[in-house]
Amino acid sequence: MADQLLEVRNLNKSFDGAQILKGVSLSIARGEVVVVIGPSGCGKSTLLRCINGLESIDSGEILLQGQVISGQTKNLHRIRQRIGMVFQSYDLFPHMNVMDNLLLGPMKALKRPRAEVVREAEAALERVGLLEKRDALPRQLSGGQKQRVAIVRALLMQPEMLLLDEITAALDPEMVREVLGVVLDLARDGMTMLIVTHEMRFAEAVADRILFLEGGSIVEEGAPKDFFRAPKTERARQFLHTFDYEAR
Amino acid sequence: MQDLGISVLFRGKNLIRLLGGLGVTLELSAVSIVLSVILGLLLGVVMTLKSRVVRAVCRVYLEIIRIVPQLVLLFLCYFGLARAFGIQLSGEAAAVIVFTFWGAGEMGDLVRGALTSIPRHQIESGAALGLTKGQIYRYILIPQTLRRLIPQSINLATRMIKTTSLVMLIGVIEVLKVGQQIIDASRYDTPSAAIWIYAVIFFLYFFICWPISLLAGRLEKKWQA
Repeated sequence: MADQLLEVRNLNKSFDGAQILKGVSLSIARGEVVVVIGPSGCGKSTLLRCINGLESIDSGEILLQGQVISGQTKNLHRIRQRIGMVFQSYDLFPHMNVMDNLLLGPMKALKRPRAEVVREAEAALERVGLLEKRDALPRQLSGGQKQRVAIVRALLMQPEMLLLDEITAALDPEMVREVLGVVLDLARDGMTMLIVTHEMRFAEAVADRILFLEGGSIVEEGAPKDFFRAPKTERARQFLHTFDYEAR
Repeated sequence: MQDLGISVLFRGKNLIRLLGGLGVTLELSAVSIVLSVILGLLLGVVMTLKSRVVRAVCRVYLEIIRIVPQLVLLFLCYFGLARAFGIQLSGEAAAVIVFTFWGAGEMGDLVRGALTSIPRHQIESGAALGLTKGQIYRYILIPQTLRRLIPQSINLATRMIKTTSLVMLIGVIEVLKVGQQIIDASRYDTPSAAIWIYAVIFFLYFFICWPISLLAGRLEKKWQA
């Protein structure tokens, strides 16, 4: 399985005695988009946070390109340079303008020359329709704009894959589309992504594969059209049903 | 006709002496403030550590400087050390030690407050970019902390400048002491000198602290996040 970019083997994680992840295993091929869905508190976000080392793990292994990255503490920052992550609350740096937010990682973590990164940053901003905001401060942007900047910030690190943790959960409905549009473009460009989301239509559109996580384990896994049309497990059916109800 | 009290100020070298006293006040304040800021920044980082021992020690330190009046600390340091251990400090040295001891503690607590008020997400989002711990401090935490710190630390600085007036009680001749000397020397010929001299001292303090506050206000406006 040389093509597997990320592999998680039998991952266990608990907080204060409560086990959040129970033997989760998954693998993601290069260029694949995997969407994790499931009820709140099922461990989706924890899974993402474990993968880039924001949470320590109790047992199991995480491999990036066949190399074990879990349990490392010293070179954690190097691993994180290869895995981009975008959070629900955008977390732009409020004391820097958009351009400086974008430059920080590539210039300081990767030590790349400023002029080169600026060119890339401008091109990337252009692509997400925010070039005219390059000198704006985060507080002058809408939520959707901030999140698009946050995605660009992660991308400029040229990561091997992206982790997106409920990136539209804090957004007003009319801004969700502009952010998800950017993610769909990325998927088309072949970016490997592991996405946690509550937007079922988006999940169906973007995913190559759906993982349904409940109670800390993967309960069901499948292609989006199978999963959304005909879920195999009762739990998944019930979960999807709650969304149907909300939609009507 | 009786002299107007203000004329005392221009008699002999009085004005020069008063300004000289102001110089002493400023020097003491400046040295203490600079030391307090440097030590306070370090202390503040230490205060965010999770170790219980460190926390307990910091807590006791803070309580001491908050509860004990600065004057008592000055007496302890100037007279107490001399009596108990035969350590003879100059008034100025004792003053700098006490004000730094006080200022560093207060500053440390301000730094701790500013650091812990920065959302944990800021650290995580820096970490997710692959920055090292040092880089996260340097580019993300410290700049934001400084911005939050400015108003309060300016407030602390002006409090320290004002409180240096206490050092005349351990024999340091600063602006207030010089003023008193001038008033005492002219008590018979110009009894009304006191109100004038004190008024002048009031304005001297005012014109030192006011620009600092203005600057703080301006920076705060510029940096509001």
